[in-house]
Amino acid sequence: MTTAVLYGITGIVLFSLGLYALVVQRHFLRRLLSLNIMGTGVFMVFIASAWRPAPEPVDPVPHAFVLTGIVVAVSATGLGVNLWRRMQAEKRGEEAP
Amino acid sequence: MTKNAGTSAGVRFAAAALTLAVAAVLVQQAVTVMSADRTGVGPLALRNLDESGVSHPTTAVLLNFRAYDTLLEIAVLVIALLGVRASALPRPFETAPAGRMLKSFSHFLVPVLIVAGGYVLWVGSHAPGGAFQAGALLGAAGVVLALAGALPELRAPGTGPVVGLAVFLVLGLQPLFAGDALLYYRGEWAKTVILLIEAGATVSIGWILAGLFMAVHRGDI
Repeated sequence: MTTAVLYGITGIVLFSLGLYALVVQRHFLRRLLSLNIMGTGVFMVFIASAWRPAPEPVDPVPHAFVLTGIVVAVSATGLGVNLWRRMQAEKRGEEAP
Repeated sequence: MTKNAGTSAGVRFAAAALTLAVAAVLVQQAVTVMSADRTGVGPLALRNLDESGVSHPTTAVLLNFRAYDTLLEIAVLVIALLGVRASALPRPFETAPAGRMLKSFSHFLVPVLIVAGGYVLWVGSHAPGGAFQAGALLGAAGVVLALAGALPELRAPGTGPVVGLAVFLVLGLQPLFAGDALLYYRGEWAKTVILLIEAGATVSIGWILAGLFMAVHRGDI
């Protein structure tokens, strides 16, 4: 078993843990975190898939995908937290700005 | 845990079964795929590295061969910030005033982060680095400033968040006038174009990440 396969399987484990929590948890923030953990698992699988045996250089395309994905995941999380908090404010009866 | 008590044992069992099934399929697929002889488009990118204008393959893929992805990603960031603005709370939270330690530490940390961001941006053309890493460092500088209560001007709508997208669009549309494809830049100008795009993207990514944090931190921006 190569290191890359180990990384890939770790990524799959993270993805599965996130998936389980996404189904089981009820609280919004916990679900958002579950999605983030699933995403991290996907990134790990991508990074592992970029690995090549020693003389060959690594595949740059999955690396680029992951870089793009991280930033998009962060912004989606930020937007999600804000939307959720706005919903909480509406529930408490605060008026719109 | 009271909020999560609603999940019954049956649901948990079904979720566990589903998760294990998905994991088993994924592991089986991964082992098959990763032990196979893979090529993909990586060698294609590495072969044409000389044309891209930069010598680091990941930067070449991000800013040249698959620049579409990066352009749309920066657009996604702008849209996320717009969404956060649109869903801002009626009034900001009461946040605790920053301590003296944090304030003086921010005076030391922020210049270091800005210099490091500039270095990482520049080094991205031939080593690991680039606009995203540099933008993340600038965003961290913004977070430190926000926590230290020294970033009130971020609340005003500025041009910072859209600079990256604007530069990218202008430089990306340029080849169309020369009869080439959208986002087609090769040869001697490619490195200049890529560095300009990355500089704009760095400012925007840092600004937007800091803005997203500010929004979460105090409820509005």
